[in-house]
Amino acid sequence: MKKLIFISLVLFTGALVVLSFKSGNDEPGSYPVIRKDSVASVKAFKQVYTVLMSARCMNCHPAGNVPLQGDDNHLHTMLPQRGIDGKGVYAMKCANCHQPTNTPGLHTPPGNPNWHLPPANIKMVFQGRTPRQLAKQLIDPNQNGHKDIKKLIEHADDGLVLSGWNPGEGRKLPPMSHAAFKKAWITWLTTGAFAPSK
Amino acid sequence: MISLTVNGQPREVAADPNMPLLWVIRDLLGLTGTKFGCGVAQCGACTVHLNGEAVRSCVTKVSRAAGQQVTTIEGLSTNNNHPLQLAWQEADVPQCGYCQSGQLMSAAVLLRENPNPTDQDIDDAMSGNICRCGTYPRIRAAIHQAAKMHQGGAKS
Repeated sequence: MKKLIFISLVLFTGALVVLSFKSGNDEPGSYPVIRKDSVASVKAFKQVYTVLMSARCMNCHPAGNVPLQGDDNHLHTMLPQRGIDGKGVYAMKCANCHQPTNTPGLHTPPGNPNWHLPPANIKMVFQGRTPRQLAKQLIDPNQNGHKDIKKLIEHADDGLVLSGWNPGEGRKLPPMSHAAFKKAWITWLTTGAFAPSK
Repeated sequence: MISLTVNGQPREVAADPNMPLLWVIRDLLGLTGTKFGCGVAQCGACTVHLNGEAVRSCVTKVSRAAGQQVTTIEGLSTNNNHPLQLAWQEADVPQCGYCQSGQLMSAAVLLRENPNPTDQDIDDAMSGNICRCGTYPRIRAAIHQAAKMHQGGAKS
């Protein structure tokens, strides 16, 4: 009997140990490996920064509550407001004009099924941020929508992020391909997410 | 055939899924109160409600409205007696009138979500509806008046 209890205990403890390693991580071993390298990290972020500050990214990360528009980042015509959830207000909700897909033709609304700004409580401002400020902001869970490194890596393939490379007619693309951006983004994060000196 | 509900009535239309909802409303269903202005969601003349939201029907494909509820100016009230319509008449808001059905449909969403809007709320809600006659001061006054009428009605 004692032997049986002992074996049960060993099995139970073993199962607990295995489960504890699995919790919060669907694929064992999928968590990013961090190899700190400040030089490589800062170098990669400088590439990342050129993309995030391009019109396709920054226009929906404005300093104010009105999105930006065009390759010159002017305030969105008709001044739509962010709203609490980032999806606009009243008769001026983003999806009233922005369809699930790009509308054909020049000067027509680009589209995405989830078109929105960051919400009012986490504005995730890019406009006006220096490389150092933006790098620090991006890895601060209180300012990035409570994303850890794994979630940040996944965010490179977010539908709205990808739509930056499918901006509709007449709009300039970000300064590098999505693949190149994603590589720089992951390099920055997995080498320690170091912020440039200024 | 594409099925949708327009002003409470189930309708079936033989339309390409990419046809703008505005074309369906005006040309296939004959509801001409909704106007074509710019065709690129810049002016608001074509505003209708899709499941209660003030969509610009010129850029909304009819496929997005399939199986959904559409309300046009003709269906805003049963007898032109929505508080906004009454206030619009009282203040004699329209000049040429072309943009006004879009203005009313946008204002209706504002009042539904905010029964007592400030001037700033009105600006935020109505900035996507352009009026070349410049009837903005009367639009603003009429929205305030409709809000009062609506609240008065609710109390009685």
